[in-house]
Amino acid sequence: MQELGFFAILFSAVFTNNILLTNYLGMCSFLGCSREIKTALGLGSAVIFVTAATSVLNWLVYACILVPLDLVYLRFIVFIVVIAAFVQLVEMIIERVSEPLYNALGIFLPLITVNCAILGVSLFMVIREYTFKQAAAYGLGSGVGWALAIIAMAGIRQRLTQRSRIPRGLEGPGIALIIAGTMALAFMGFNGMINLS
Amino acid sequence: MTAIRDWKIFKDNLMTQNPVFVQVLGICSTLAVTNVLKNTLVMCLGLIFVTTLSNLSLSLLRAWIPSRIRMMVEVLIIASLVIIVDICLKAYYPDISRQLGPYVGLIITNCIIMGRAEAVALTSPPRTALIDGISSGIGYSYVLLLIACCRELLGTGGIWGVRLLGQSWINWSIMVMAPGGFFVLAVFIWIVKGWIMRPVTGKAGA
Repeated sequence: MQELGFFAILFSAVFTNNILLTNYLGMCSFLGCSREIKTALGLGSAVIFVTAATSVLNWLVYACILVPLDLVYLRFIVFIVVIAAFVQLVEMIIERVSEPLYNALGIFLPLITVNCAILGVSLFMVIREYTFKQAAAYGLGSGVGWALAIIAMAGIRQRLTQRSRIPRGLEGPGIALIIAGTMALAFMGFNGMINLS
Repeated sequence: MTAIRDWKIFKDNLMTQNPVFVQVLGICSTLAVTNVLKNTLVMCLGLIFVTTLSNLSLSLLRAWIPSRIRMMVEVLIIASLVIIVDICLKAYYPDISRQLGPYVGLIITNCIIMGRAEAVALTSPPRTALIDGISSGIGYSYVLLLIACCRELLGTGGIWGVRLLGQSWINWSIMVMAPGGFFVLAVFIWIVKGWIMRPVTGKAGA
């Protein structure tokens, strides 16, 4: 396999291998918080930031601590602790530094610890044996891809509830899943441009 | 008396309170592997194991867990259990372990396990917590297994690798790809909400 560059991985993580639409990661908050564009924007930007930072952090921890000490089997615990600690730290820093930013992002940060997409990015990056630069690109790209999907979804859902009549049984999560499926179909159009994995 | 209550918890978690249908919780890590029935079964067994034991151990420890750091304790217990599942899979079924890839690890962030831990394990005695853990694991698993059956049958014309539909069947390859999972789950929710749940809500309203 040829070595993929920074931008190739960034592009493919956003479009061809969108973490939400091809790997179903981060579905819970995707379905729960996609009713309004404003919420989606806040959550999306928090996810971009945390995914990008934790993928780099976890790569460093994995390569510099776990592999030399032969503790690779502990990676699940270590990754989740790094993510949780990072989120907590960011929350405290934002609270001190900027009030408006905290009001915009603060409520979403605790939700993020249990967002599967964040842990998923770290695990994928280890399994695919990325280099440091590739891991950074993959983390950033996945975050952007997730944010793109949830913002698009929120836009569609907002329109949908104003304009159209949805069958009773499909209201809420049902229709959201159908929209997500249609979006996944659309994103499949990017397939074949670059292939990860 | 306790037996009746236990049975009620068990039944509720399977049908009317089923986490997948009611809130669409926890599908993240498992929906991705529902295109092959065998992988789904392995994931579901792992999930039942983790929910049951995490509920039990958190309930036993609940008097000693300070509430400020309870999330951390929950995550650590769940993560240790998932590591056990991962190591067992690697040792006994290396092929399946390779196919599942990172998804086994993602059981940690499955919302159902955390949700059960928060809602039940930290407030109730070990017996109730254990039963709740088993039943919510099973309630979740059978839905996922049904989805996997649908997807594999329509996508490859057979189940468990055995071809069931005749030669003239043309595979719906969309079913084994990502959009198929979304559509099948949506249809399932539609059927359950519109048909099975309606008498229940009707009675509650009247």
